[in-house]
Amino acid sequence: MPRTLVVAGNGPVGHRLVAALRDKDSDGEWRIEVFAEEPRPAYDRVALTSYVETWDPAALQLDGATYECDDRVTLHLGDPVTGIDRAAKRITAASGSTVDYDALVLATGSYPFVPPVPGHDLPGCHVYRTISDLDAIRMDAERSVRGRRAALVVGGGLLGLEAAKALRDMGLSPHVVELAPRLMPLQVDDGGGGLLRRLIERLDVTVHAGTGTQSIAADRGRLLAKLGNGTELDVDLVVFSAGVRPRDQLARETGLAVGERGGVAVGADCVTSDPDIYAIGECACVDGAVYGLVAPGNEMAEVVADRLLGGQARFTGGDLSTKLKLLGVDVASFGDAHARTEGALEVVVNDAVAGTYKKLVVSDDAKTLLGGVLVGDAAQYPLLRPLVGRDLPGDPAAMIAPSGGAQAVGVGALPDDAQVCSCNAVTKGAIDGAITEGCADVPSLKSCTRAGTTCGSCVPMLRQLLEAAGVRQSNALCEHFPQKRTELFEIIRSTGIHTFSELIDRYGNGSGCDICKPAVASMLASLGNGHILEGEQAALQDTNDHFLANMQRNGTYSVVPRIPGGEITPAKLMVIAQVAQDFGLYTKITGGQRIDLFGATVDQLPEIWRRLVDAGFESGHAYGKALRTVKSCVGDTWCRYGVQDSVRLAIELELRYRGLRAPHKIKAAVSGCARECAEARSKDFGVIATEHGWNLYVGGNGGFTPRHAELFVSDVDTETLFRHIDRFLMFYVRTADRLQRTAAWIEAMEGGIEHLREVIVDDKLGICEDLDAAMARHVGSYSDEWAGVLGDPAKLARFRSFVNAPGRPDPTITFREERGQPVPLGLPVAVTR
Amino acid sequence: MTAAGTWTPVCAVTDLIPFRGAAALLPNDEQVAVFRTSGDEVYVLSNVDPFSGAAVLSRGIVGDLKGVPVVASPMHKQRFDLRTGACLDDPEVTVAVYPVRTADGMILVGSP
Repeated sequence: MPRTLVVAGNGPVGHRLVAALRDKDSDGEWRIEVFAEEPRPAYDRVALTSYVETWDPAALQLDGATYECDDRVTLHLGDPVTGIDRAAKRITAASGSTVDYDALVLATGSYPFVPPVPGHDLPGCHVYRTISDLDAIRMDAERSVRGRRAALVVGGGLLGLEAAKALRDMGLSPHVVELAPRLMPLQVDDGGGGLLRRLIERLDVTVHAGTGTQSIAADRGRLLAKLGNGTELDVDLVVFSAGVRPRDQLARETGLAVGERGGVAVGADCVTSDPDIYAIGECACVDGAVYGLVAPGNEMAEVVADRLLGGQARFTGGDLSTKLKLLGVDVASFGDAHARTEGALEVVVNDAVAGTYKKLVVSDDAKTLLGGVLVGDAAQYPLLRPLVGRDLPGDPAAMIAPSGGAQAVGVGALPDDAQVCSCNAVTKGAIDGAITEGCADVPSLKSCTRAGTTCGSCVPMLRQLLEAAGVRQSNALCEHFPQKRTELFEIIRSTGIHTFSELIDRYGNGSGCDICKPAVASMLASLGNGHILEGEQAALQDTNDHFLANMQRNGTYSVVPRIPGGEITPAKLMVIAQVAQDFGLYTKITGGQRIDLFGATVDQLPEIWRRLVDAGFESGHAYGKALRTVKSCVGDTWCRYGVQDSVRLAIELELRYRGLRAPHKIKAAVSGCARECAEARSKDFGVIATEHGWNLYVGGNGGFTPRHAELFVSDVDTETLFRHIDRFLMFYVRTADRLQRTAAWIEAMEGGIEHLREVIVDDKLGICEDLDAAMARHVGSYSDEWAGVLGDPAKLARFRSFVNAPGRPDPTITFREERGQPVPLGLPVAVTR
Repeated sequence: MTAAGTWTPVCAVTDLIPFRGAAALLPNDEQVAVFRTSGDEVYVLSNVDPFSGAAVLSRGIVGDLKGVPVVASPMHKQRFDLRTGACLDDPEVTVAVYPVRTADGMILVGSP
């Protein structure tokens, strides 16, 4: 008979406990009842700010949070524990239900502290902790549509800056008020805080430090906030992010011991003053300290999971190290960041020009690393943090010197028991062990050891450890070219080589294969080398590009004429219908708002296209690694809700980028309002109309691993929009790997979307003029590929069934009828698998 | 292995682009895939992809795998040795190889 564990609270730490216990409880000793206050499965609160990018709660949900396939876990959503009867060992929940427990874990987290400022409870005042809080903020933000929209954030700590980012992403101008003289007073020192402020103010965030909020008053539908220094701010909404307090009321009511400043008192065993009750996470006060970070909470969860199964694990003291990207600015703080250890020395490199501030705190003999602060560039964090409390491998100043000292020191400097992943307590030794067992890349290390699966900051270290172990990820395109695609692209671009044979003679070996040939063909096409079937290029193309159609399972092809933006006249619809009828083709509407005609044989393709081209159609490039369609909703021409002409923009975009060859297919869409009927956020680039212009999203896709596109720029005019998309696409064409969609490309990019923004918006690399010129060349040199074939007898001659019997149809191709249309008859297959 | 007189002329070598193939029909209605690699080197395999049953091997990309001349099926990319018909991705699978010779620039295909 299994014992019953009740978990009060379903935040990330509560979920971690359940996951860890279920993982370890191989004998099924426990059944678990989880009582959650919130109406949804556990989600990643650390990533709350990213909710603004998707407004999709599911995107934040933690792995396994629904416990769907686990009949030993019962999840009660929207039903928090309201009372504990310790004598009866029974809890009561809000719904009135009761459960008898053998063990109870309090994981109730904390609540936002709202300073008692007059007006703090007016409509428009919010806190920042849950998905519901963000939904409420969004409703207020969208209500205020006139003029310059602004918001006040009370508290300039980590959470306040996260809130400022969320508000900025919603299109408001945030003002951050911080009582301390600097931002993030807990994590960074004055020097780091000063730089942080400068970097953040560049991003349309106004900082008011060293002053408090005196009062908030309603003022003609908005809010008027008065600060201690006399400043008056006219804002649309207020967000309080002035710290959190442990939620310990359940413990107080049932007479459990609590800490001096709150929190359920526990020891290193996470046991409260009642031996059957544990407390973990932000509601716990471990030996007098309350921890407001997820990593110590996770450690407590693991301790309790171990102890419930008879183990003796103890909480070893939280690692308060943090690395995060706040509004695109890297901030890291670790160990004794404020040099509070007796005799501690500080080594500071403050580079105001580069916008970086780095400080190491070392012991009085300068031999042991005690902590540090990094602002503006935290690349050295993953290597420095595990060294805290250990002997420094070199001169501390050299380690933070501008020329990347710490990287030069390398992972070899870390001892085996150093934690590489502090979120999941994974040591260097454990990772090396997994590599020895056969993990050969970062994804397999992640699934094997859980390292890098929470905040991700140690992923570069995982890569370095793989390299140090001699595991090399080959970048070679294939056995014929040692270069990767980006390098080959640069070679072709700078040498002006325009044939595959010259390229492989000079830079490769052998005769090529089905990997390098289409890849090089695509690069030659991106760089403008005439018709893709001209001369030697024809031999390089995949069958789809070779016949400018999509091969289907019986060897026939499908035909997709371009229908820009999905807009088509009845007359042109009739042409497509007549062609399909005359050639006996199966017709289906595609997801990209066009019409696919199936079942054409190779020799029929030119005849079909002659008819289509004569009627004004052109190739839709459904066969190519190229721009496919720009889908659109009907826009403000017809729609009652539309705010811009999405159809016109979609057509302009589709005509601008048609025929652009890329590392993979490119899909796009334009929505005429925020209702997003065109599903633009599931595209490589998506445009959503706003009252003031266009929001551009990049890096979305459907398919095997669906991804939402991320907001790239907001409220831009049409000209700016084109310029940004031009550069985005050209940069993608030049620097992505073969068959890498834009989402994976951005993900793999050092610095991610922030870096992309620097390249495209700020021209950090100084290449925008070149990208613009390349796109102008593409747009100027476009011509229809099918018209090019129909006008050239040599190319037409390839479209024949048999070289020695051009008129004879392929006898293996036969059809049957289904729902009134032809479909392929199954073919005899020699090999079954 | 083939008696004189059963050679079927299919096309001129120069009708094929180097490193590409074409389909041809033999008098017995068998379909073959005729490939040209560099120069005048010519290979002939059955045109039917054994994995899908579709007559498409002639439309695959021709190249080499560690020096072995191969065609990659355009359907699911399995590679076949142009000399032996052996599938390099599945040792159990082979496609038929046809004898071939050239005369006066014409490609002649025999029976397998």
